[in-house]
Amino acid sequence: MKKTFLKILGVVFFLAVGMFLGKHFFGVKSVETVPMPSTIKYRNVGISSDTTQVAQSQEFNGQIIEVKNGSSIQDAVKKANPGDLIRVFPGTYSENVYIDKDDISLQGVVINGEWPTLDGNKEINDAFLYSGNGILIENFKIINYKGNGVMGQAGNNFVIRNNWIIDTGVYGIFPQYGKNGLIEHNVLSEIEDAAIYVGMCDNVDVLHNEVFDNVAGIEIENSRHCLVENNYAHMNTGGILAFVTPGLPIKTTFDVIIRNNFVVNNNHANFGAPGSTVAGIPAGTGILIMAADDVIVENNIITGNNNTGITIVDLANGMPRANDPNSEGNPDRVVILDNIMYDNGNEPTGEIKAIMLTKLENKGPDIFAFGGGTGSTIRDKNKYRTFGIDDYGIAQITDTKDIPTMMTPGPVPPRSVSEQELGEMTYYGVCAGCHAFGTRLIGPPTEILQAIHNNNPQGIVDYINNPKNLREDYPEMPPQDYLSDEAKMAVAEYILALKE
Amino acid sequence: MYAACLGVMVFILYASNVSSSPYVDVPLLNCNCPPGFKLTEDNTCIARNLYDQYAVRNLAGVGGLKSALPKIRDGFSPQEIDLGRYLFFDPVLSGDGTISCASCHDPKKGFSDGLATSIGIDGHKAKRAAPTLWNVGYLKKLFWDGRSTNLEDQMEGPLFSEEEMGNTPENLLSSLNGIENYRKLFAEAFPDRNSNAKISLDEIYTAIAAFEASLISLNSKYDQYAHGYHDALNQKEIEGLNIFRSFVARCAECHTPPLFTNQQFAVIGTPEPDGLPLDPGAEVPFKDKSLRGAFKVPSLRNIEKTAPYMHSGRFKTLRETVQFYTNGRGHAVPEGEDLLIHWHIWEPNLTDYELDRLVDFLKTLTDETFTPQVPDKVPSGLEISF
Ligand code: HEC
Ligand code: HEC
Ligand code: HEC
Repeated sequence: MKKTFLKILGVVFFLAVGMFLGKHFFGVKSVETVPMPSTIKYRNVGISSDTTQVAQSQEFNGQIIEVKNGSSIQDAVKKANPGDLIRVFPGTYSENVYIDKDDISLQGVVINGEWPTLDGNKEINDAFLYSGNGILIENFKIINYKGNGVMGQAGNNFVIRNNWIIDTGVYGIFPQYGKNGLIEHNVLSEIEDAAIYVGMCDNVDVLHNEVFDNVAGIEIENSRHCLVENNYAHMNTGGILAFVTPGLPIKTTFDVIIRNNFVVNNNHANFGAPGSTVAGIPAGTGILIMAADDVIVENNIITGNNNTGITIVDLANGMPRANDPNSEGNPDRVVILDNIMYDNGNEPTGEIKAIMLTKLENKGPDIFAFGGGTGSTIRDKNKYRTFGIDDYGIAQITDTKDIPTMMTPGPVPPRSVSEQELGEMTYYGVCAGCHAFGTRLIGPPTEILQAIHNNNPQGIVDYINNPKNLREDYPEMPPQDYLSDEAKMAVAEYILALKE
Repeated sequence: MYAACLGVMVFILYASNVSSSPYVDVPLLNCNCPPGFKLTEDNTCIARNLYDQYAVRNLAGVGGLKSALPKIRDGFSPQEIDLGRYLFFDPVLSGDGTISCASCHDPKKGFSDGLATSIGIDGHKAKRAAPTLWNVGYLKKLFWDGRSTNLEDQMEGPLFSEEEMGNTPENLLSSLNGIENYRKLFAEAFPDRNSNAKISLDEIYTAIAAFEASLISLNSKYDQYAHGYHDALNQKEIEGLNIFRSFVARCAECHTPPLFTNQQFAVIGTPEPDGLPLDPGAEVPFKDKSLRGAFKVPSLRNIEKTAPYMHSGRFKTLRETVQFYTNGRGHAVPEGEDLLIHWHIWEPNLTDYELDRLVDFLKTLTDETFTPQVPDKVPSGLEISF
């Protein structure tokens, strides 16, 4: 802590010198540096490709399972097979729905303004938890959970849209470890951490959401290739955040575009849990970029945020107490293009207030940069009230219109595994504990299995599904019926083809 | 190709005229890979298991149910692995011939020792608990404080520590080189060098590392569920899984599947057994105050088998251990200590019912089907006692 303080003092000293020099250098703003405005020729509204196929590897091709008030969504998930669509009708469902299958779509049906509502009564942890790939969750109202509204753990190709989420605890929508996903048209409020939290993911678009009255509106954390576009983030403590949290197994955030958003009046008092990463965000933070690289901020309307419009900070200053030698802490190559910013910094707080006072300013700036980082640029430095961006060069690009999405061109395919490979994994990964060539382990040697079931893989499959104790001098073999049908046949064929 | 692999165990009968050590029969080294490994054309063992089905999303090998594992230390020969097995169980590795690696990493106790803190040579009490060695080949940081990054370096710790095995490099080499059986077995395991060459420290380390990295536990009931067989877990265990991975308890944020560790450091503020001072953990090796009290997140596989729990064994049961997480952020931090408690440690207010379900779930992580055989005799002829 002391160290940071000293650092700040040091900066303040240089700042005083800088102010003096700055007055001389920037006293007259050179007209040549004012770029021509880039007319907004495009806007990524309406591009939302509203089909269930946008991210799923399997087209919806299965059964439709209907869930009516009084029955359970989880029961439907248990029945569902990949490719199925579960339609949930209006009613109140107080449950934790977990989806450990691939390609399941859950769709609420809103009738006459009545939503299918998942109500956690502040007793249930999470509304939706998924680990499968190709999960769609849409049209649900989710309220009063303790953990998350929607949490994904490692599912790729997800679509989470049109949900109305209020006070679901720590996060509203939280995909983690996923690749290729779409989060759009959701409305979230009263979340005590981030309303939308993209954590340790890749290739995610966050579009057209409204987030308000949360501690953090939208958070892109330890994630790469994300587009945050056309969201309305208002009355949060912090509106839109892109940062690196140290100490996580995935260490980087880069290639993030924050574009065409409304980041307005994010002045909510911070009600984050003590010790949480967002608990330290000062109220009045519009956009926060901490330690993230290659972030582009373009065409946003950023107004009325009482501390700063955009804060760019390194980890040493932003999270001085955390430490991870494997997390590079500087925000590098931030690009600020045209944005509309005014009325920010009306009531700066904490360190920013102190630092601004040294500049004889009692307002916070539109753009505030502090700490390390190189290669950052800005299109029109003179347009905004800024602090700490003297070393920012002129942006080399004018817009990002060539990047309509960060999602992958097609669904992320599952790893393709041949039958032979599957047989091999199953044999060595499971059967080899008891069967091997040439020796008796717990079960008979593999060559005996080959001799008995020569040319008859089905015979092996039948046996491992329902083993009988055939040999007096051997114990009973535990059933291997938990293997998938493909794995059973693959391993049977693998064993029969195996040569010592 | 490997003519020695006859399928039937062949016993070599050494003429025991030169050897100063007692005469023992030891079989030839196994020329098959242990379970979980496939033998390649060039006589190395490559890990194979059902997690190979999944695409590698990140090199850290963390994620959800169907996530690929991190890279494992594999590629050892079957003979190296088998030689490592003899060494691991052989008390000749210790200064006074009383303690083997297995004394503290006993396969019958989940490769731990059942003690709060281990006991080494001459009854020396260690400061920390012996961690399990299951799946240790996947770990990038070793020891509770992560001070070692590979198995070869790690084992110099116990071997040459006065509190643990009390040996010296010189004495270790001279005792192994003095045992004819070992000279033959090393020559067999390291066929590329002159068969009369002396046993070297590197060979010892390689063989033991090869054995440790072969300890695979990935066939628990949980794994069956993860691969898609949902009947593998009963209703209570599934409830436990959902509590475990929920963002209220947040266990899976640190104990992340498939290994049930994200291999990061975390300060969670566990208490020491009565009378022991606070263990500064990773602060010491990394000379970093922010890591005071930080420990590597331990894997929870086979956790049912390795009581007592935490770095110094403060908690006797799993129930007490999970209770710790709901007793309040920093509740056990000694007065005067200002630890940087991890942000995932908070006040989840888990109910007794939920804590019981967590314990149910933790017990589904047990799988010892690939337990290696304890040798009947070790090449030194010393008594195997642990
Ligand atoms: C826990 C140990 C164990 C595992 C794991 C195991 N087996 Fe077995 N297996 C046995 C035992 C023991 C027997 C002999 C049972 C008897 O004859 O009573 C046996 C017998 C068999 C037989 C002989 C059936 C016959 O008709 O005589 C086949 C085939 C077989 N196992 C296939 C497999 C396959 C395939 C796998 C992997 C998917 C597997 N086993 C995994 C222990 C095991
Ligand atoms: C006297 C008991 C004792 C003996 C003997 C012993 N260990 Fe350990 N082992 C421990 C303890 C205690 C730790 C944890 C120490 C620490 O973290 O500071 C440990 C840690 C380890 C680890 C790190 C595991 C992890 O997950 O970080 C490995 C690997 C290991 N021992 C292997 C061995 C090997 C190989 C031998 C024999 C050469 C051996 N041990 C002998 C007690 C012992
Ligand atoms: C912030 C990361 C973190 C979270 C969250 C977390 N743990 Fe841990 N866990 C650790 C660390 C670090 C240790 C070792 C601490 C020590 O030894 O002092 C540990 C130790 C354990 C142990 C003892 C392991 C052993 O070998 O002795 C168990 C059991 C355990 N945790 C279960 C859980 C459960 C259940 C939860 C959820 C309620 C949980 N953990 C949440 C980091 C975490």
